[in-house]
Amino acid sequence: MKGGRGRHCGVSAALKQGQITPTELCQKCLSLIKKTKFLNAYITVSEEVALKQAEESEKRYKKGRSLGDLDGIPIAVKDNFSTSGIETTCASNMLKGYVPPYNATVVQKLLDQGAVLMGKTNLDEFAMGSGSTDGAFGPVKNPWSYSKQYREKRKQKPHGENEDSDWLITGGSSGGSAAAVAAFTCFAALGSDTGGSTRNPAAHCGVVGFKPSYGLVSRHGLIPLVNSMDVPGILTRCVDDAAIVLGMLAGHDPKDSTTIQDPVKPFTLPTLTDVSELCIGIPKEYLAPELSCEVRSFWSKAANLFESEGAKVIEVSLPHTSYSIVCYHVLCTSEVASNMARFDGLEYGHRCDINVSTEAMYAATRREGFNDVVRGRILAGNFFLLKENYENYFIKAQKVRRLIANDFVKVFNSGVDVLLTPTTLQEAAPYLEFIKEDNRTRSAQDDIFTQAVNMAGLPAVSVPVALSNQGLPIGLQFIGRAFCDQQLLKIAKWFEKQVQFPVIQLQELMNDGSSVSEIEKLASVSLKH
Amino acid sequence: MWPLATRLGLRSWLGWRRGFTSKADPQGSGRVTAEVIEHLERLALVDFGSQEAVARLEKAIAFADRLRAVDTDGVEPMESVLEDRCLYLRSDSVVEGNCAEELLQNAHQVVEEYFVAPPGNISLPKQDEQEPFSDN
Repeated sequence: MKGGRGRHCGVSAALKQGQITPTELCQKCLSLIKKTKFLNAYITVSEEVALKQAEESEKRYKKGRSLGDLDGIPIAVKDNFSTSGIETTCASNMLKGYVPPYNATVVQKLLDQGAVLMGKTNLDEFAMGSGSTDGAFGPVKNPWSYSKQYREKRKQKPHGENEDSDWLITGGSSGGSAAAVAAFTCFAALGSDTGGSTRNPAAHCGVVGFKPSYGLVSRHGLIPLVNSMDVPGILTRCVDDAAIVLGMLAGHDPKDSTTIQDPVKPFTLPTLTDVSELCIGIPKEYLAPELSCEVRSFWSKAANLFESEGAKVIEVSLPHTSYSIVCYHVLCTSEVASNMARFDGLEYGHRCDINVSTEAMYAATRREGFNDVVRGRILAGNFFLLKENYENYFIKAQKVRRLIANDFVKVFNSGVDVLLTPTTLQEAAPYLEFIKEDNRTRSAQDDIFTQAVNMAGLPAVSVPVALSNQGLPIGLQFIGRAFCDQQLLKIAKWFEKQVQFPVIQLQELMNDGSSVSEIEKLASVSLKH
Repeated sequence: MWPLATRLGLRSWLGWRRGFTSKADPQGSGRVTAEVIEHLERLALVDFGSQEAVARLEKAIAFADRLRAVDTDGVEPMESVLEDRCLYLRSDSVVEGNCAEELLQNAHQVVEEYFVAPPGNISLPKQDEQEPFSDN
């Protein structure tokens, strides 16, 4: 089915040509946010700030001095990025009411380009989870639950009494950002990606979810989960937009010494027309028995597509794949145990009423502030870091991490340009199904295709491919060589053009259908003919 | 119909099954004794709060135990994927600061320019002096 994206004028061009003003655009998005409030995608809507920024942008456009492609464009930021003067909670009671005095570097960079901050999006508490269901502000609902495409298929099945009890999860942990982009309330959103937290919800919400190479984009201001794996992620409705945002965010930051010092320039993503020079690798160990038939089928079709266009498609092996989720579990909980130690109630965040002793105060503050998931990971991490366990668990996991990273290096050294894998095991699950298992089990299941990438620090992108039989998005993942993010996005862009993923149809849920279709017309930032 | 499946064959499927989480996880080896619980609660300053949490930890340990099957002889631990690079260090000169007031605003208890903490060096009461588990 042909998507509606191809023939419309990009919003950036529309702003430059005066077809719409930044203030009008901002107000449309604010109105959409209000109409989609039940999705619970936003924790904080920064209406005043956004309107002010839009006003400034408008002044710049009137003088013909726009700052660039992102000037006046509404964006959203996951609520684990520090935003000066705007509450940043990480969806946790521990940080309710916390207002950072500074902007995360990536947020600052976007604001410097004139982007308009619509608000902070919802997530799993402290980015721990794969459903965006475990935050202090409630779960995020997948906009596709209310799409015409899904609802039409549902009519063939019996309804429950309560129409809305069978809504679907967005995936996580950046579910709010994914939902915000999918529902047209902003044109790009920042997520974070530690084990797949940007790519997983992107696949479930039918948007592009890009994870840059570790070290390319600054983590300063991103409240850390796993320092050696976290990266800021980018969620957009098309690959070109992700490339535009990446161009603005990438580069060395003196405030984050883990950013590489190689010079990085903003770039326009070239259009690939000929894939016959490419070698696509299909890792055989990713053929999991739990993989749904539909995802497997789309994966297979994608491989065949590349082959039919002349690319070399070969099976490759990542032998340590089955251990990577275990390795990730140990390293993640260990680093979390360390990173969560800073939350003690003294300098910021929640503080309990007990004043008997520092230890008692810390313990009670942390009991009140953290949910079960966070506490569980802290305790597990501390267990693995105990003197008697350190060698057998933490060091062992670090060794296995090297083996996993080496698996990728070997494959890329053998001439493979990019790996093609599923992003998730299946389409988005209904919330009531999802919560039948606990957070750790779900994360272990859902992160299966995504977390090895974080361990190796590689760039990866999830691209929406097609709708399942139920009318829900399925995404596939491309994994590239370290610091070859541009090359990766080039290939993803070619693929996106081939598959023509359909636009979500949300008119039904809006009382006034016109606002969504207007926004749909401006569906992407970049210019498209 | 499934060209990929037939290409990839049965062996990888079997290899996959061994490592993947299944519902039939053993409950844990009883490694989480009362001593360990108390020790972890002190170190982490986070309490288990319920028997469920202990069971979850046991499952997490059982899950992590699968790493034993990997042969890591002669393999160096990997701390960072950027280990081959020299990390950037700023020069030791003050370029920003003087924001004491802003920072103090985020704290609950403040006196002049001090964060107020309760008295230190007082250990948490021991396990047997505490209430048994109560679900929060």
